[in-house]
Amino acid sequence: MGIGFNTIEFHADRCDGCGDCMLACARAKSGTDDLVYSRINILPDPGRSAYELALCRQCADPKCVTECPAGALVKDEDDGVIDWDGEKCVDCLLCTVGCAYAGITYNASIGRVAKCDTCAGAPACVTVCPHEALEYRTAAKIFNEYGDKEDLFVRGLGGCQGCNSELLIRHTLRKVGPETVVAAPPGCIPGMGTVGYNGVTGCKVPIFHPLLTNTASMLAGIKRQYNRVGRDVLMLALAGDGGTADAGFAALSAAAGRNDPMLYICVDNEGYMNTGMQASGVTPYGSWTSTTPVGARLRGNQAEAKNLPLIMTMHNCSYVATASTGFMEDYYEKLDKAVQVAKTGMAYLHVYTPCPTGWRIPAENTTEVCQLQVRTNFVVLWEYTAATGLRITRPVEKPVPIEAYLHLIGKYKHLSAEQVTHIQASVDQHVAYLQQLARDAQEMNYA
Amino acid sequence: MPHSKYLIIGSSHAALEAATAIRLEDMDGAITLLTRDSRLPYSPTVLPYIVSGRLRPEGVLLRDPAYFVQNDVGLQRDTEVVRVAPAQKTVATASGVTWTYDKLLLATGGTPIIPAVPGLNDAKPHLLHTMDDAIRLRDAIAQAKSAIILGAGLCGMHVTEAMAAAGIAVSVIVRSRPLREYFGPRASGMIQHAFERNGVRTLMGRTAAGVERHGDRYAVTLHDGETITADLLMVGTGVTPAMAYLAGSGVETSDGILVDDHMRTNVPDIWAAGDVAETRGFWGGHVVNGILPGAVEQGRIAGADMASDSAVKAFPGAIPLNTYHYFAHHAISVGMGGQLSADAGLEIDEQADDSRGVYRRIVMQEGKLAGISSIDDFVDPGIMWQLILRRIDLSPVKSEFLAHPQETGRRLMSRLWR
Repeated sequence: MGIGFNTIEFHADRCDGCGDCMLACARAKSGTDDLVYSRINILPDPGRSAYELALCRQCADPKCVTECPAGALVKDEDDGVIDWDGEKCVDCLLCTVGCAYAGITYNASIGRVAKCDTCAGAPACVTVCPHEALEYRTAAKIFNEYGDKEDLFVRGLGGCQGCNSELLIRHTLRKVGPETVVAAPPGCIPGMGTVGYNGVTGCKVPIFHPLLTNTASMLAGIKRQYNRVGRDVLMLALAGDGGTADAGFAALSAAAGRNDPMLYICVDNEGYMNTGMQASGVTPYGSWTSTTPVGARLRGNQAEAKNLPLIMTMHNCSYVATASTGFMEDYYEKLDKAVQVAKTGMAYLHVYTPCPTGWRIPAENTTEVCQLQVRTNFVVLWEYTAATGLRITRPVEKPVPIEAYLHLIGKYKHLSAEQVTHIQASVDQHVAYLQQLARDAQEMNYA
Repeated sequence: MPHSKYLIIGSSHAALEAATAIRLEDMDGAITLLTRDSRLPYSPTVLPYIVSGRLRPEGVLLRDPAYFVQNDVGLQRDTEVVRVAPAQKTVATASGVTWTYDKLLLATGGTPIIPAVPGLNDAKPHLLHTMDDAIRLRDAIAQAKSAIILGAGLCGMHVTEAMAAAGIAVSVIVRSRPLREYFGPRASGMIQHAFERNGVRTLMGRTAAGVERHGDRYAVTLHDGETITADLLMVGTGVTPAMAYLAGSGVETSDGILVDDHMRTNVPDIWAAGDVAETRGFWGGHVVNGILPGAVEQGRIAGADMASDSAVKAFPGAIPLNTYHYFAHHAISVGMGGQLSADAGLEIDEQADDSRGVYRRIVMQEGKLAGISSIDDFVDPGIMWQLILRRIDLSPVKSEFLAHPQETGRRLMSRLWR
């Protein structure tokens, strides 16, 4: 029995009222184009040129179920869907009294109530929505699968408010499991207490604090020692972008060249955020940092960020992927592959993690910023192996203009219109390049 | 002397909902339901469908038997309560067992009213209050060719429809008009005509003066002198709160058991909920609002309060509402229903299209929805209920709401949820 369930999410701001979802639902449920059979209802709001939604929420505490006198409605304990039994239903309509969402409604043409059944986990409405206004959220399965596993970091890590690195590392270690040695080079992750203070540790597996320069080589050596004694232990690096892209790069590049078995996770917050927000080699163009200030002449970072994960594909890694905590299902799929790969070769995961403190974003906006990174194509989620090439795992068909993303973030607030145009152009160019790599890979795989 | 921390008298919607609410807060405290019935809990609402044969008695359980095991809820069947003694915190049953409790919920529902018509009681008419009643009536219908129904509440009308569908010549005797507490005269008339079209004789504004039974035949004489005879007689003139067992207990009653907004009676550690309770009305006064959604809501509040759940929500006041499906038509009433007059500060918008058989009445008070009723014109009752409960100001969207209440209501609620 699950505790969390999949759900259909509605993004009102993306809906343009095209009605494709209703048509798809009517077709799926009745085989006709008659919208009276649609169990999802998009409602125009003329006063506000917006759209509203009436759809079953598959409530956790469903009133339609408690108000049914005939036991015809039952919440399925496995998938959370509220099932309607037409044999038991007496058409009294009392369920519609319980529902405040118009999620179960009367269809007069057949004389019976109808409600969304999520098409057995493949909702037709979501598939056809051309604007991603409907999304089938399946992250609950992560909770169901890993919720009972032990959290291998101690309570009370001291990350900044709104920081999602803590979310990321707790998820990661819970999934990776206890047969692990963690390397946390200087940066926010040891800074928040994972390596401990005053002789106590902040982690329930062995964790150490290498130099900024030697993380990958230390893990390579430790792995060889475990191999010698015959223990299968995973080497895990939780490193920042500075320790990965700049100071630690020589060691990383060498380990990748040897394809040393490890899972190297780069937690990219676009700079040295732990030590006072200095720029790193992956700080984007235009960013304010303490070493790329905004004044009369300088308008933030004048350099372009290097694309570190793409550079890693040019090494000898077994697996390279980008990820975002705004898309946890995607991250978990990649983590699954990476953990397997890291038994025999190097898996490199590059996770984009906005920094509320250093980027000047309100703490509650972190996840929204993560999602907009992807929806604007500022960040592209992909994976790479030498055998299959590059695959974009979460393609964005209609990207949101970059302004929407930049406006959320204080470190970009000085940007001129020309700078915004420049950023948009480099985003477009970058995406086009990745798309070309993905097409090449497809052709290669067909051939 | 058996003891239960939470003792609940009754086993229908209010009782079961209270048990669920208690378990949300108190995982261990003993919960015991005492019920007169010998069956697993069912809803009186489904009994007409047992009569019609559409449902089988074993197929209408309100809770799967596993519910009682999984939630550790005790169910004592064939257990009729005859006395409550708050001073000793005991409940005595007809079989001579005395239960002790820490907290007691009275959810005993209603008991059928048999009007004081000479000869009616002696004629032993059919009632429809328990599963056994329903099975008896179902079997009697199989033998009958004609029937008389006294009363046109929801129960009586459902049975009438079942009989008409079974080819029985049915006469319904009604003091005023069908479902008069929910619908205005025009809507009642439309419902009545649907029954007439389906071969039911409806005797409106008529009352029985006397009843005689001769073997298997019943004769009902009306006040205007007409006598009608039939093979079967059923009384469906409503229910009254079942609270005779409270005599001498000190629990205060009026039309029902008087409760506050947390379903507490005047006696400490005793709550009441459902059709037996008399609560505050949403528009003032005290009412016994015997409807299923009300029982669920009150049971939830009572259970939460009994378990000292800090998240307990106060009862917002009873709002009458019901839904009714008949001869492939549907009727809905939420909020102020029945006959209403515009002089009471109400704005009434009544629209009927006799050619299509569609009807809708919207009642507004100070810019807010006070009531809506419709026939064959679906409006989401759950949304209308919320619009009333939340006192949503509809004045900015009044013309849209009057023209398209369903779409406007859905839109308003969707916006509220987001």
